[in-house]
Amino acid sequence: MIRDITLGQYYPGDSLIHRLDPRIKIITTIAYIAALFIADGFIGLATSAAVIFIVTAVSRVPLSFIMRGLKPIFFIIIFTFIINLFMIPGETLISLFWGLTITKEGLRTAVFMAVRLVLLIIGSSLLTLTTKPISLTDGIESLLKPLKVIKVPAHELAMMMTIALRFIPTLLEETDKIMKAQQARGADFESGNIFHRAKSLIPILVPLFISAFRIAQELAMAMEARCYHGGDNRTRMNAMKMRAGDFVFMVLTLAFIGIIICERYFI
Amino acid sequence: MGIIVKNITHIYSEGLPHETTALDNVSFEINDGEFVGIIGHTGSGKSTLLQHLNGLLKPKSGSIIVGGTDITDPACKLRDIRRKIGLVFQYPEYQLFEETVARDVAFGPKNLGLTEEETEMRVKEALGLVGLSYDELKDKSPFELSGGQKRRVAIAGVVAMKPEVLILDEPTAGLDPKAHRDILDMAEEIHEHEGNITILVSHNMADIARLCDRVIVMDKGHVALAGTPKEVFSDEKRLTDIGLSLPPVSYLMHRLNERNADIKADIMDIDAACREIQRFLGEKG
Repeated sequence: MIRDITLGQYYPGDSLIHRLDPRIKIITTIAYIAALFIADGFIGLATSAAVIFIVTAVSRVPLSFIMRGLKPIFFIIIFTFIINLFMIPGETLISLFWGLTITKEGLRTAVFMAVRLVLLIIGSSLLTLTTKPISLTDGIESLLKPLKVIKVPAHELAMMMTIALRFIPTLLEETDKIMKAQQARGADFESGNIFHRAKSLIPILVPLFISAFRIAQELAMAMEARCYHGGDNRTRMNAMKMRAGDFVFMVLTLAFIGIIICERYFI
Repeated sequence: MGIIVKNITHIYSEGLPHETTALDNVSFEINDGEFVGIIGHTGSGKSTLLQHLNGLLKPKSGSIIVGGTDITDPACKLRDIRRKIGLVFQYPEYQLFEETVARDVAFGPKNLGLTEEETEMRVKEALGLVGLSYDELKDKSPFELSGGQKRRVAIAGVVAMKPEVLILDEPTAGLDPKAHRDILDMAEEIHEHEGNITILVSHNMADIARLCDRVIVMDKGHVALAGTPKEVFSDEKRLTDIGLSLPPVSYLMHRLNERNADIKADIMDIDAACREIQRFLGEKG
């Protein structure tokens, strides 16, 4: 279960999507997410779904791999679905017990919201699945650079993100190891009521925090030993460059956004 | 109570581009009361194998029978497996979490459902077995202890469960020579005291040669060699091919044997080596 979280995981490959400039990928992903919420009708969402499936196909990341990333948030999707289904007032479709009613608007919102959430997760997973964490943060740094004028520490933020992303798998591994060690001592994380289960997390959380601090300290020391002193005057080994493919992808995204806006305001 | 491992295979990340076969059709048997060493370089499947013995990982195929129970059977209760088999991971001190040493050691026995008195007795006994003083340490925080002491406390946490099989995964990693020796002496003592099966994973060939009744050599997910230390360490070529080495004394005797076939090569401890060399020199006059 803990290894099923695909968010922030890179799927190695050499597809057209993998080779895109990370800045373009970040911008288009944000645009795509915005488009998902602008899209207000069947055509809009269908187009969005089609687009993301085409991009997935081009990226050659197996759909099953992305779907596995959906598993952990499945509960949230179901939860929003149910809340929307019952809480939105409107024209009654079905009346249930205790005055619960399903309205036409409720059903519509619930379905749309669930589809949106799924597409949102697939879209953002695709970004991290096809972009190496390092290029991703390079992209973020480069995009934040203009904000340096108003004293946004772009490099430091990007470095923090790089480190955070870099250590997700390490900490997952550490968690896995500690869990196994405690299980070997007879710990049981699966049974009992919610309080019992929360309490059973202590034997994992305490060692995990200690590990995290130890890792952070060691990393800080290793970085200082190699003369790291922040972002001033730092050059990079792989400078990012926009290529023809990036512009084409950008234009395609703009076309997609155009369709979504047209659908919302003119149809 | 013996352990029979039959044809187990384990594959990580099956179906993904980075899928790896960690164990490939591994079979071996361990008899009651044996002290068994497992060697093999990093990535040979040792840790995966150990986790199977404890039921933390399930094999893709094959079975593991411990004292007559098949622990790969889904119907087998994990709690029963863990009561029988105690696994001490690498760097076990990183799993300490309680406020006091006594409470940390008591974690395992408590999970087994023992009573307060019984738990306390076990904690006392386990701390004694790992060479620590119960009265001195019981109320201390485990995080105040030295590295070697922390490790002993962590090992005590498993020993206190009185497992019939005690598995130690590189228990001496990162310790200084004295702590190294102490931990191994302790393992030997626990083995004698409890009369259990002890499985020791180590990269130190001299330790393996000194302590173990039998040695299993892992390579690329297979059992490459198995037998008494004498048998295993006589096949120098195979071991070097795998990337392992002989215990230093054995290495010396092999080299001497190459120079003069009168010197026996299958000697692993220093005293026997001394006698053999003296004998040879004496004969030569």
